[in-house]
Amino acid sequence: MLSSRALRQVVFAIVTLFGVAVVSFVLLRVVPGDPIAMMIAPGASAEDIARLRAAYGLDKGLVAQFVIWLGHALTGDFGTSISMRQNVVHLIAGRLPATIELTLTALAVGLALGIGAAVASTLGTRRLIGSTVDNANGILLAVPDFVWALAFVLLFGVAWPILPISGRVDPRLAIDFTTSFLLIESLLRLRLDIARDVLAHMIMPAMALALPLAAVILRVLKGALESEALRDYALLARIRGASRLRVTLRETLRNAMIPTLALTGVQFTFMFGGTVIVERIFAYPGIGNLAIDAVINRDLPLVQGLILTFGLIFILINLAVEASFALLNPRLRHG
Amino acid sequence: MVERALPEIPRLGGSVAHRGMPSWLKGLRREPRVVVAGGYLLLLLLAAIFAPLVSPHDPLEQDLMLNTLPPAFSAGADPGYVLGTDSLGRDIASRLIHGARVALTVAIVAALAAGAFGTVLGLLAGYYGGWVDAVVSRLIDIWMAFPPVLLSILLVAMIGTGLTSVILAIVIIDWTRFCRVVRSETLQQTRMDYVDAAVVLGRSRWTILTREVLPNVLPVVLVLLSLEMGIAVIVEAVLSFVGLSVSSDMPTWGGMIAEGRQIIYHGWWVMVFPLSLLVLTVLAFNQLGDGLRRLTDPVMRR
Amino acid sequence: MSPALLSIAGLSARLKRPPHTPLLRSVDLEVAPGEVHGLVGESGAGKSTIGKAILGILPGAIELAGGTIRFCGEDLLAMPAGRRREILGSQIALIPQDPMTSLNPSRRIGDQLTDGLRLKRGLNGKALEDKAVSLLRDVQINDPEAVLRRYPHELSGGMRQRILIAAAFSMDPKLIIADEPTTALDVTVQKEVLRLIRSMQASHGTGVLFVTHDLGVVAQICDRVTVLYGGMIVEQGATADVLAAPSHPYTAALMAASPRHDQTGSGMQPIPASLTAALQGELARHGLERVTHA
Repeated sequence: MLSSRALRQVVFAIVTLFGVAVVSFVLLRVVPGDPIAMMIAPGASAEDIARLRAAYGLDKGLVAQFVIWLGHALTGDFGTSISMRQNVVHLIAGRLPATIELTLTALAVGLALGIGAAVASTLGTRRLIGSTVDNANGILLAVPDFVWALAFVLLFGVAWPILPISGRVDPRLAIDFTTSFLLIESLLRLRLDIARDVLAHMIMPAMALALPLAAVILRVLKGALESEALRDYALLARIRGASRLRVTLRETLRNAMIPTLALTGVQFTFMFGGTVIVERIFAYPGIGNLAIDAVINRDLPLVQGLILTFGLIFILINLAVEASFALLNPRLRHG
Repeated sequence: MVERALPEIPRLGGSVAHRGMPSWLKGLRREPRVVVAGGYLLLLLLAAIFAPLVSPHDPLEQDLMLNTLPPAFSAGADPGYVLGTDSLGRDIASRLIHGARVALTVAIVAALAAGAFGTVLGLLAGYYGGWVDAVVSRLIDIWMAFPPVLLSILLVAMIGTGLTSVILAIVIIDWTRFCRVVRSETLQQTRMDYVDAAVVLGRSRWTILTREVLPNVLPVVLVLLSLEMGIAVIVEAVLSFVGLSVSSDMPTWGGMIAEGRQIIYHGWWVMVFPLSLLVLTVLAFNQLGDGLRRLTDPVMRR
Repeated sequence: MSPALLSIAGLSARLKRPPHTPLLRSVDLEVAPGEVHGLVGESGAGKSTIGKAILGILPGAIELAGGTIRFCGEDLLAMPAGRRREILGSQIALIPQDPMTSLNPSRRIGDQLTDGLRLKRGLNGKALEDKAVSLLRDVQINDPEAVLRRYPHELSGGMRQRILIAAAFSMDPKLIIADEPTTALDVTVQKEVLRLIRSMQASHGTGVLFVTHDLGVVAQICDRVTVLYGGMIVEQGATADVLAAPSHPYTAALMAASPRHDQTGSGMQPIPASLTAALQGELARHGLERVTHA
């Protein structure tokens, strides 16, 4: 049953994506700097330049350019990367699985750490423990993924070198997989040697992305759990003889997750922003790393394709958050 | 009940404005973190301002004979280079001090500009409501949908690298932080009785906005400014790490971290010192902001 | 008189922070098995503080300063937390004040109703379902099988209060604390709920400590009554005696101030200022100030 509410959200998502396409297209075309000038050899003739401009459609008006681009885009053709001379869709499709595996792992770790710590904090009765957790979390909240990533490189790459500090998988491993979802496929094929290696490469970047998320979840969920614990139904459960842990797990956690989830969604989209820098630090071949190369090289077709990819991801995350609201909140399920 | 406070006790600032020196000092004693963090930041600011005087070396002076010297406390060090040298033989301590110039310039200018822009829009939206509020709120929603790091990289890519671009990118992205808070704060303030009283007295809207509402919103803005400076320091470091900030002949903490990352196995200190200073500075801005919030928030003050 | 089910002796409570405003001053109170004992007073008299102290849910700002609360001879305040949880789950239950907030919005009625039975009695499956249905029948809910699958927001306030009453009686407790259970309800629903509590209590032989600010309610349901003012007991005795011939002027004033239970709307007399002054003097002699909260 697709409710009108869900339908509205899907329509809204499509409109948003179109808006992102228009805005990013216009912005990227009006910026100073000629991408053609960067890709020609010194001393090229004016005809060469004109020919290149025509090849990339840069000689026409803005609206015409957009219509041409949109027509191609709707058929799945986002053009050719200027700097890498490759089909944009293929480039992104080749890198996206690495980022998806990384961010989903980070999301799972961040949720587990954040929820676990929040639940644990409701068990302590001493005020001292609570304020210690709050102060420690205040510092955790201030440390960004960028700093975690570099600290991990120092700790587990250099000081106590137990983990690889760059790449996604050891190049010496012979891999003949059909997809780029190396972790998932290696697990499905039971190639545990590869899964192990992929995980070893992924632990540090995933932790760097997960810790800021965990800190935010801990703060919000802890507050929500505390205020839920003061509600009558939670008091009643305690009066019925339920332990603190039981009250938290059975009564308050689900209600407290509702505000937490909205925030987790926002933070998860921020995490994709974080992949840009974290993937760079670990030379991890995902779309974040690709985005920096595209920007440095002023590779317009690639930048445009990446913006739409990120936009699509954000919209999907928002839809997923809406859907899980309905799962947690019975009032929405029947509305 | 909650929103209808008595006219004599406006929610936030009135008490701040009227509190004398002794209670102000008492507040500082209760929040020692404000003193510690503020003192550290002041020291850093002075070092940045007088960088050429306090730096032991020219931050750009290369000496390949002295490359990758370890810091003074380890074996094989040159006591003239307290924190060692990088792969081009440049003095790390001097580069850190000069790097603070870029970091603090970005932090102060970007935060002030974002704060000014966001506060003005927030005041207008919160006070006038109606279509002004509708437009501003929608704008914030759209803005918030984009992850900041991604947006800043994109913006810098569009407007080019350089100090101005970095500052501009931060302002363009982060004005919403101020606008959101100031808007809701103003909404609350304008519902209070003392604003009604001012209207009855025949004050103009502009007078009410600047004389009555703004002073009550300012403490919140102050807290946000401090937090924003911490964010700006990070954003600058990230952008210079990936090579999208100022040109490479100007030392930046992010740039130094990037160089250190390249030679991480040969000289850990090249990365550790700028990274530590970055973390320390960000924490200081955060603790300062947090302490200021506790000092100015009457609910937390108890 | 049979041995007391609940016996409170010398119970004192105060604010934790200076000036340590006293909230309860040496309160003595007994509830016999099967008896409904009314605990009456204005807000701030300390009646909820007594209820919360028995249940061990005093807010952090309040501390007990002395006294004992014995349940079947065991001191609830002195026993280890585990033993206390055991007793609270199975032998003492609460009918809460506000049915709108006392049910978890995200759990089905059936799950919430049967928590105790699953946890303490180990019931499950068909036996549990049957028990849940019969519990709802006892509180006169139609179509209990369907109601068990509902969420709280799909039910009216009166329905929810019936469910909370069913939950309170589900473990066959010896004592129920009823904390103003009708205050949040419509007048018409109030009467039904009162009748329901009385009949359930009588058939189960449960002792009830009935906390209320309304002497009209006391007249309808309580066997005995304790009148509190500013944390001290001003009058105690059989309901009929107290209401027929109040020995303390405050009780009389409270009677005049409460809405008559056979009428709706106003007709209430404020407590006379002269009496308030006299009471303040009485409190002062006990070293008490009147508090206006809790």
